[in-house]
Amino acid sequence: MEQNHPILEAIEPGAQARVVSRREAIRSGAGASSVLVAGLAMTSVPFALAALARDGYAQAAAPSIVDVLNFALTLEYLEDEFYRTGLAGAVAATLSPAELTAIQQISKHETAHVQFLTAVIPSLGGTPAAKPTFDFTAGGAFSDVFSNRVTFLAVAQTFEDTGVRAYKGQAGNVASNDAVLTAALQIHSVEARHASQVRRLRGQKGWITANDRGDLPPQAQATYDGEENTVQGAVDVASLGAAAAATEAFDEPLTMEQVLAIAGPFISQSIVRSAH
Amino acid sequence: MTITLSHIGQLWQAGTRREFLRVAALGGGAILLPGMFAACGADNGGTTEPPPSDAVTLDLSSDPGVLNYAYALEQLEAAFYTQVGQAFYAGITAEEQQVLTDIRDHEVIHRDFLAAALGSAKIPNLAVDFAAANVDFGSRFSVLSTAKVFEDGGVAAYNGAGKLLKDLNNLLLAGKIVSVEARHAAAIRDLLRPGTRDFAGDDVVNPAGLDQAIDAGFLLQDSALGQFITTPIEIIS
Repeated sequence: MEQNHPILEAIEPGAQARVVSRREAIRSGAGASSVLVAGLAMTSVPFALAALARDGYAQAAAPSIVDVLNFALTLEYLEDEFYRTGLAGAVAATLSPAELTAIQQISKHETAHVQFLTAVIPSLGGTPAAKPTFDFTAGGAFSDVFSNRVTFLAVAQTFEDTGVRAYKGQAGNVASNDAVLTAALQIHSVEARHASQVRRLRGQKGWITANDRGDLPPQAQATYDGEENTVQGAVDVASLGAAAAATEAFDEPLTMEQVLAIAGPFISQSIVRSAH
Repeated sequence: MTITLSHIGQLWQAGTRREFLRVAALGGGAILLPGMFAACGADNGGTTEPPPSDAVTLDLSSDPGVLNYAYALEQLEAAFYTQVGQAFYAGITAEEQQVLTDIRDHEVIHRDFLAAALGSAKIPNLAVDFAAANVDFGSRFSVLSTAKVFEDGGVAAYNGAGKLLKDLNNLLLAGKIVSVEARHAAAIRDLLRPGTRDFAGDDVVNPAGLDQAIDAGFLLQDSALGQFITTPIEIIS
């Protein structure tokens, strides 16, 4: 990496030096790439964002950093438009003061994430992906999403819990760039704060027990599948404490394909991937 | 190259901090001595004395060293919440008790997981002292405020240490833990100031929407969190 990263530098002084001086090729690459290769059986993800992921595979076993950041940007577009639409719509007046306050703060962060990624991608020589057209009713499944606070907050929970897993799943794919990795981790934990708050406002624990979707509809199950895992590295943590706590104590990643399958129903118009 | 500090607060004194940063930049480390070892109050640099025999070394140039750094933090958190759970503060609500009990269980598992993963490479048990730092386990505000320091600090520490991990499997494991710490942080913050923006407040999330990231090791010198550990810790960068 010998490009300039003015945005990263402005946010994290010293990042440039670390990017340039990074030791390469000492990471064991087995983890992320094999996981992603395993997920290659993405037969018919129903929108063109899949092309973004597929392109990454075509080049190598893992997507490029710019591709990962455009994947993240698309998720942030989704969240940002969702909250801004909600705050401008009928549902806002039905939220409790605590709910409204939380959504306002979360919305502020999602807007900031869109702006941040839109600025970072060109600094890495890429072109920010265009914003898709969204359908937050998911084809009618959540037809009252912007008028019914229960539906609105349920969708918010799935977006936040999915967002945490999505960033986690991509950390290894940006690990060759210290500044990008650190920024991705810094967004990742903000999404987790959001998830905790939305869950608790909905009467759920702030953390995920096994693969329990709680009171969410069956369409949300994919957001929680895999969270029941208790084997961490070479250790089965189920032997270290109560079964529920053993799953709550670790959040699990999602592959790009899994995230795309979850987000797909909310995207009504494909995006065309920009050349870079 | 190392500098030796007799007290955590020294790091925040301008002369010492400059010296620390200068030494750290050269690839050196710092040694924190507990209060009882305080030999000099000088704020204009340290000595080059060898660390005391019970000092723990964290070599952050290797994955086991970074994981031991996480293990040190998890030891601290687990010890704190275990003590909280031994006698909850008066007037605790059912929700607060559930949150604090869950977090205790998570932190104990994090600690024991890291110990198992590190195996023979793990550092010894650290000595912690909450009384010296004026934590009042009978006070709701003291307990929750201290918990906030731990959870926000844990998030910032993991976020800052991710780039030091060379094995992507270890990076993923750290990622699995840090988001749970962030969930804790939001819950604790909301217990302290319910219904406000504090769960992801502007004091921890910057205008770019990024959470805190503190360089590895530095957290242990932070007076807010490092003050609870009495075992001297040598950090090699």
